[in-house]
Amino acid sequence: MKRLHLMAGTALVASLSAGVATAESLTIGLASEPTAVDPHYHDVAPNNALTRHIFSALGALDANQNVVPALAKSWTNEDDKTWVFNLRDDVTFSDGSKFDADDVIFTFCRQVNNESAVGATGKEVANMAAVEAVDPYTLKITTKEVEPLLPELLAQIMVLSEGITEHGDISFDLENQCGVTGAWPSVEDFNNGSAAIGTGPFVLKDFTKGSKISLARNENYFGTKPEWDEVTFVPVPSAGPRLAGLLSGDYDMIENPAARDIVQIEKNDGLEYTSASSNRVIFLQMDVGRDETPFVETEDGSNPLQDVRVRKAISMAIDRQAIVDRIMDGFAEPAYQFIPDGMFGAIENPAELEYNPEKAKELLAEAGYPDGFKLTFHATNDRYINDSQVAQAIAQFLTRVGIQTDLDAMTRSIFFSRRSGREFSFSMGGWGSSEGGAASFLRQYVTTGNPDLGIGGSNYGGWSDPAFDKVIIEAIQTIDEAKRTELLQQAEQMAVDEMGFIPIHFESSIWAFRKGLNYEGRKDQYTLADEITSDAAN
Amino acid sequence: MLTFVTQRLLQSVAVLFAVSIAVFLAVYAVGNPVDLLISPEATQAERAEMIARLGLDRPVWAQYLTFLGNALQGDLGTSFVHGQPALSLILSRIPATFELVVSALLLASIIGIPIGLWVGLNDGSLGARAVMTGSILGYSIPSFWKGMVLILVCAVWLNWLPASGRGDTVTVLGVPFSFLTVDGLRHMAMPVINLAIPNIALMIRLTAAGASESARMDYVKFARAKGVRDTRIVRRHILRNILIPIVTVLGVEFGSLIAFSTITETVFAWPGMGKLLITSIYQLDRPVVVAYVMLVTFIFVTVNLLVDFAYAALDPRVKLSERMS
Repeated sequence: MKRLHLMAGTALVASLSAGVATAESLTIGLASEPTAVDPHYHDVAPNNALTRHIFSALGALDANQNVVPALAKSWTNEDDKTWVFNLRDDVTFSDGSKFDADDVIFTFCRQVNNESAVGATGKEVANMAAVEAVDPYTLKITTKEVEPLLPELLAQIMVLSEGITEHGDISFDLENQCGVTGAWPSVEDFNNGSAAIGTGPFVLKDFTKGSKISLARNENYFGTKPEWDEVTFVPVPSAGPRLAGLLSGDYDMIENPAARDIVQIEKNDGLEYTSASSNRVIFLQMDVGRDETPFVETEDGSNPLQDVRVRKAISMAIDRQAIVDRIMDGFAEPAYQFIPDGMFGAIENPAELEYNPEKAKELLAEAGYPDGFKLTFHATNDRYINDSQVAQAIAQFLTRVGIQTDLDAMTRSIFFSRRSGREFSFSMGGWGSSEGGAASFLRQYVTTGNPDLGIGGSNYGGWSDPAFDKVIIEAIQTIDEAKRTELLQQAEQMAVDEMGFIPIHFESSIWAFRKGLNYEGRKDQYTLADEITSDAAN
Repeated sequence: MLTFVTQRLLQSVAVLFAVSIAVFLAVYAVGNPVDLLISPEATQAERAEMIARLGLDRPVWAQYLTFLGNALQGDLGTSFVHGQPALSLILSRIPATFELVVSALLLASIIGIPIGLWVGLNDGSLGARAVMTGSILGYSIPSFWKGMVLILVCAVWLNWLPASGRGDTVTVLGVPFSFLTVDGLRHMAMPVINLAIPNIALMIRLTAAGASESARMDYVKFARAKGVRDTRIVRRHILRNILIPIVTVLGVEFGSLIAFSTITETVFAWPGMGKLLITSIYQLDRPVVVAYVMLVTFIFVTVNLLVDFAYAALDPRVKLSERMS
């Protein structure tokens, strides 16, 4: 728990230096539109970013994705499966009602009674054997399976007010609706504002789909109150109009201007930008599970991607730095592992994956493919930043060492369903690691598929390494943080050594804004208005 | 009259039915929305649950029959992405598109028809030739480019107008409108001009061609010989005769602008139907795409029907019964 105290200290310093609030409003141009105000509706970045303004959770994730206290002051493990969360006793909801443990239990119950959600919710709650309010501000959670990431997971479950529906005594009794007698709130109740009662830094004023989202400062907020009286989010999905809106002064800040337009912002005296490396890695996934693979042509019909030397040759053929400099305009970082430095479980100072086309040719010859082979490479052209150009560059790098590569880039709606149908031999994907750092990518992609444990769900290439599986499965069941870090680093290294997946780069997110504003940027790419400050107020 | 209406209505139902099959199959073929919707971190069990909940585990014909059954009861499905009935989602976007299109077509008629008349009656003069050449430009410049240039000039350089969005609205009878507030009008100006420009050019060319042709007709010459005043000749004899193609084109343009002002709406981030369609296609939000196409087909069928009636009102020679043969 040492990490926790340190974080709390940092938060305190930040709150002292944030300055006094002034009567200001802020208009922000969003790159993609949130679909709902309901925090349990759809687990996607635009929705999560919006709901963090209105609601808060037991913990919060800081800019580096580490969990810090929020509604819970602290937490401890009594044993591997028992957790005690000490809640704050000074929190009120935006409607004035008091926050206590019953609201948290109500929230857990709503997770499993959520008819209108997109995607299944409540997997965290399904793992809870018992939840007990020891007193109004102490919550004891017993899990069925060991879950070291419980604080991280709970930091993403936004707490609702039990007052939004009729209820008797609230208890964690899933069979009997937890004591709720009224109707469970639906996504509509949140969008029209009636159920959008939270403990976040802002309150919802208006949510008009397609047009704008208006927020006002929550005067009851328990944390550092934001500088802004009012915040308006305007969704402008096309990059050109979004930048035009910033240039003409309609918006104070915009998300993700196109990297090629940064020159325009630099030339403009009234504007600034900030960029932060994100947790999204772009990587290559290969079909290694099948002896014959549909999009590779070799003389003997074998699947060269099954040979580690071929996979290493592919990695060596790619000049990551050139891709970052020339295609990403510097707004990316070469990736030598699957999560960026600084995140939980990342290898510190990983060895550079060298660019060496000569050695790549030698490795290919050694593996029995002196004349290379033919490959069709599948990628998206509208999902990741500059994805089709990056894929073209990779195809050319591979062709240069003798692997004749044809690129087939397509729209994401087609790409993702074909990929999950295991149609591809060689494809480019992206992954933003959320809670749990290194475990996120490794357990989802690199682990042998295992529906019972809920791991390996995105292992479309059929990668399977029993030695690796043993390490990662132990890691995700280890509570001790030092031990878990060590295991995750070991697993990460094994994944990089075997090259079952080839990391290319980490995307950076960019925010552009008028001079006088400050925003540090976040690894999760969220734009959080309460973290935006102005020079005037300092 | 009654037979005509009945027959046209039956035709319309057949069209709607055919379109529903075509669009359902097309959308089905594009891809599986679950891969876009569900968090990639979801486990296989959660995925399966989601697929079952959306009914995507059933064969395509079963899905279609369910859709058809619900559609006959007025339910066009629930959006996968928004969790809201698809039809109400689209209808909530209609006012924004509607006010844009009506304003653009009004502007096009008010500017285009008088200029076109003048050009047609002054055929061959330098001014007329200049207008006709200019109209080619207005008609052929792509809409997205024009939009970007408008934004660059009016918003970024001159700072006269807001670059995008809808601005303040006033709710009248439960429907939000922009044209009733100053801020709303400022937001509307550029998208309306952008939509109107090609239509102004179209109106000019259409009116000019018609006017210059009918100005040479015998009945015009005869009226003139009879001593009828010029203004009356233009109003009574020329304009009335050339209005039929103009109304037809206006009708078709109205339908297609309502349905497909997508580019203008995207460039100006105008929250209309076109923008909803594009987003829904990208997200494979099948119910919305299907409902959208059905609704648009419905609008087209209705507009065509109304245009047919307008013919009858404008041109006494058109008899509804004749058009049946």
